Amino acid sequence: MTFRSLLWDEASAPTSRPGEPECFGDLHLDQVVAEVVRGREDYDLAPLLHQPLGDPAMIAGRQRVFSDLEDDDVAQAVSTFSERMRRMRRYQGLARRRHQAEERQRWFLDAAQVYLDAVRGLRDALAAHELGSEGLQALRDHLDALIASSSFAALARDAAAVAEALDEVRYAIAIKGRRVRVRHYEGEPDYLAEIEEAFAKFRERDAKDYRAQLPPESQMNGVEERILGLVAQLFPETFGQLATFTERHADFADPGVLTFEREAQLFLGYRKHVRALRNAGLPFCYPTVTPGARTVTIEDGFDLALARKLASQGTVPVTNSLRLGPGERVAVITGPNQGGKTTFARMVGQIHHLAALGLPVPGRRVEVGLADQVLTHFEREESLDTLRGKLEDDLTRIRGILDRATADSVLVLNELFTSTTVSDAVALGHDILERIRGLGALCLYVTFLDELAEAGPETVSLVGEVSPEDPTARTFEIVRRPADGLAYAAALAQRHRLTYDHVRERLRA
Amino acid sequence: MKVRLLHPDRDVPVGEPLPDHAEDLAADLELDSLIEAMAGDDDHIRRVARWLLLAGAEDRAVIAHRQAVMADALAAPAAVESMYRVATEALEGRRRLFFGRFGSSPETVLMQARRLLDLLVATLRRLRRVADAHRQHLGSSGLAGLCDRLDTELDEDYLDVLEGHLEELQLEEGVLLSAKLGRGNAGRDHVLRRPPQQGRLAKMLERERGGLTFTIPERDETAARALAQLRERGLNDVANVLAQSSDHILDFFRVLRDELAFYLGGVRLHRALSQQGAPSCWPELTEVADVLATESLVDAALALRIPEVVGNDVDATGRPLVLVTGANQGGKSTFLRSVGQAQVMAQAGLPVAAARFTTTLAPRVLTHHTREEDPEMESGKLDEELRRMSAVVDAAAPGALVLCNESFSSTNEREGSEIARQVTTALLDAGVRVVYVTHLYELARGFTERDRDRVLFLRAERGEQGQRPYRLEEGEPLPTSFGADTYQQVFGADLSVDAEER
Repeated sequence: MTFRSLLWDEASAPTSRPGEPECFGDLHLDQVVAEVVRGREDYDLAPLLHQPLGDPAMIAGRQRVFSDLEDDDVAQAVSTFSERMRRMRRYQGLARRRHQAEERQRWFLDAAQVYLDAVRGLRDALAAHELGSEGLQALRDHLDALIASSSFAALARDAAAVAEALDEVRYAIAIKGRRVRVRHYEGEPDYLAEIEEAFAKFRERDAKDYRAQLPPESQMNGVEERILGLVAQLFPETFGQLATFTERHADFADPGVLTFEREAQLFLGYRKHVRALRNAGLPFCYPTVTPGARTVTIEDGFDLALARKLASQGTVPVTNSLRLGPGERVAVITGPNQGGKTTFARMVGQIHHLAALGLPVPGRRVEVGLADQVLTHFEREESLDTLRGKLEDDLTRIRGILDRATADSVLVLNELFTSTTVSDAVALGHDILERIRGLGALCLYVTFLDELAEAGPETVSLVGEVSPEDPTARTFEIVRRPADGLAYAAALAQRHRLTYDHVRERLRA
Repeated sequence: MKVRLLHPDRDVPVGEPLPDHAEDLAADLELDSLIEAMAGDDDHIRRVARWLLLAGAEDRAVIAHRQAVMADALAAPAAVESMYRVATEALEGRRRLFFGRFGSSPETVLMQARRLLDLLVATLRRLRRVADAHRQHLGSSGLAGLCDRLDTELDEDYLDVLEGHLEELQLEEGVLLSAKLGRGNAGRDHVLRRPPQQGRLAKMLERERGGLTFTIPERDETAARALAQLRERGLNDVANVLAQSSDHILDFFRVLRDELAFYLGGVRLHRALSQQGAPSCWPELTEVADVLATESLVDAALALRIPEVVGNDVDATGRPLVLVTGANQGGKSTFLRSVGQAQVMAQAGLPVAAARFTTTLAPRVLTHHTREEDPEMESGKLDEELRRMSAVVDAAAPGALVLCNESFSSTNEREGSEIARQVTTALLDAGVRVVYVTHLYELARGFTERDRDRVLFLRAERGEQGQRPYRLEEGEPLPTSFGADTYQQVFGADLSVDAEER
């Protein structure tokens, strides 16, 4: 079996490069992408995270690859492999760009050695593991065949011989004024050690480091290049061997190996993210993704971007669940400000997109439909000149969203129509919700208007909770119950000691 | 090279952050006037003495070690003074040579460090000779031990070897490096080898080793810089070692100067107090709990200002709480300070201003004095007092000595007394010793009723005119001092004395 791709079926690889979906900013998926690709910028991974899959079989295939990579040893093997491949490319670059012949030849040898380590290391590590995914099984077979080939064996043998010879070279440089003599090293004693020894008795504690930051030794300057030329003359046989090696093995890297390297980065990058949050105590799962499903189950989900931010501060977000039965397509979320409403809506949007990428999602158990797209409308930061202008802008954007949405789309709408009167906003909200119900799309609607939560059988009311013991404390839990604006009002009253009981008590004093 | 004058086994980290309560301690006990007397115009003495007084207690072995060195210093001040002078000169050498800062290139660092080491090695030679000259007058393991170490470790042969290296490091015959081939065939592991020898024979030998040569043309500055860079690969480490060695030697001189500074300050303080006719004795520090016995204990800060001050005789042994009540201007605060000062000085290794002073070693000395700021915001003031007391409690530990001066007098008597009673009782139960000066009669009376076995009651009496400060007598609190105190607080003058004068 020849290895082709971890990500795509033979026929389905995208031909054009997808742009970032509009919902990414609102859902903070742009932050998630930035986190996943960090340190892997060379691989151009972002487009892979922009393109949801339309085929449940491909989603399952990616989930199996990811599942194989959950194993620490397998993931470590692939990381080590990738790191070596990156180094190989850096060395190849130097083998092309440097000016001095013996230097270029040596970078070429170094690149080949790193490549050999990368391929053999990966094969050995994968051989020891049961692999469940077709993608990684195909890769393993591919590596076996590659390593068994005669060209690979010759590369390995020749590289080892030349490297050994070069390692044995020792030389000395005598510098006096502008005159440089290069000769064999004759065992002259280490002078630094002598000086250290002489002054040792004064050393009572660690001292400041006075060493100048010199350019790395591997960056040769003109004089060093010239010295290398003379060293080559002192050791003609060794350097002859090196030149022969570069001619014999000009094009050593295998294309299948290179493809795997890039695609694996998507999994490694996302895995790192998942791993950090799991360690912080947050659950992830492989979602069940069913095309056309009319129910939603999310147990203990959370906002991935927020979780990342909180984890870096040593805390975790509150997890939240959502269950929508058959026909329940619109969830209206009300409750106190800063109570986690937007975060909840964002979470649902993220989960749908990530599920359609074939990746594990935040949550203990997740069953969702296969979303063709996630569409969002969040209030914009920039202030338009007039309120009327802002309302117009809101409505225009909503219109665009409704035009694009299908029954398989997920809509996340956040605090619409804040720029108009409450009665206008209620009327507009009812109208928009009616249209969404007509489409049959799944919709999360965050609002401060309790009236919208009672809009009919397709509509579910979710409320951001406050703690019963301390009404001023927000729990960030979103629960399914009728909208009840009083909880927030009571909380404010408590904070200002203006509840009934408070007012009585203060009057008694 | 170890100095070990302040501690038998290690350097004392002078200059490290002091405990949070240290500044309160200094202010409440007027330690800065003692420190002034120790330092005069010498900032090093000021810094070291202040740190040692405020840093907290050592164990008895360390204190004994310091007392012995201090006794040597009092008997032979010239030894301490002359070694202190040599150390100070060494430390100024670096600044004189190159403004105290090494350059950035290895060549410059090497040259500077070599010149500095020339000077330091010469100074070490001088220090050893000074130490030898004074050795016969010294008996403490600290000072005599240091002189002996200087004599054996810095013998003339050793110093000659160092000077030989410094000479050779002028590198008049250039440098020799060895190297291997690394990535990209760049040279790696450059090691400086013993430099080519001078002389005809050595040069002939070097020529016989053959090799290939090139010379960089006079005008090619790029190549000259590249060559300098290569040379620096060889010199970087050796320059570093030399610069670090000079730092280490300077560190030695710095530790020496700082440790001597403390004893020099001790000598000066002792002289100043003697001139004022203040008593002096070596304190006795015990680990037996709840010991505090004094004879003629005086407030050293006051004694520096006023000659022939009268001290207090107190025996509170077995009484973890000393409760001082009585008239204002009656010497209550003076007594409280004198106890704190003596405890702190004793634990630093200094003699104390008393004819006799026996005390339990206290891991911490903590003060809680009423503060003058914000006289108008009474509630804020209590809040501030509570916050500071909470910090005292944070810092306290069993065996600690807590000195309270009119604590919780910023609120009404009943509240203040109740807070104070609860805090104080809790401290005593935790094994903390407390000396508490108060005019809170409720507080004092409470202790006479409930806890008298644990308390030594002292009372300040307004004595005959002109006698300052007044001696404290044992005696239970009297309720009558109230009106006078209030009057005093309101009018800022004393009721009874003023009436008689009029």
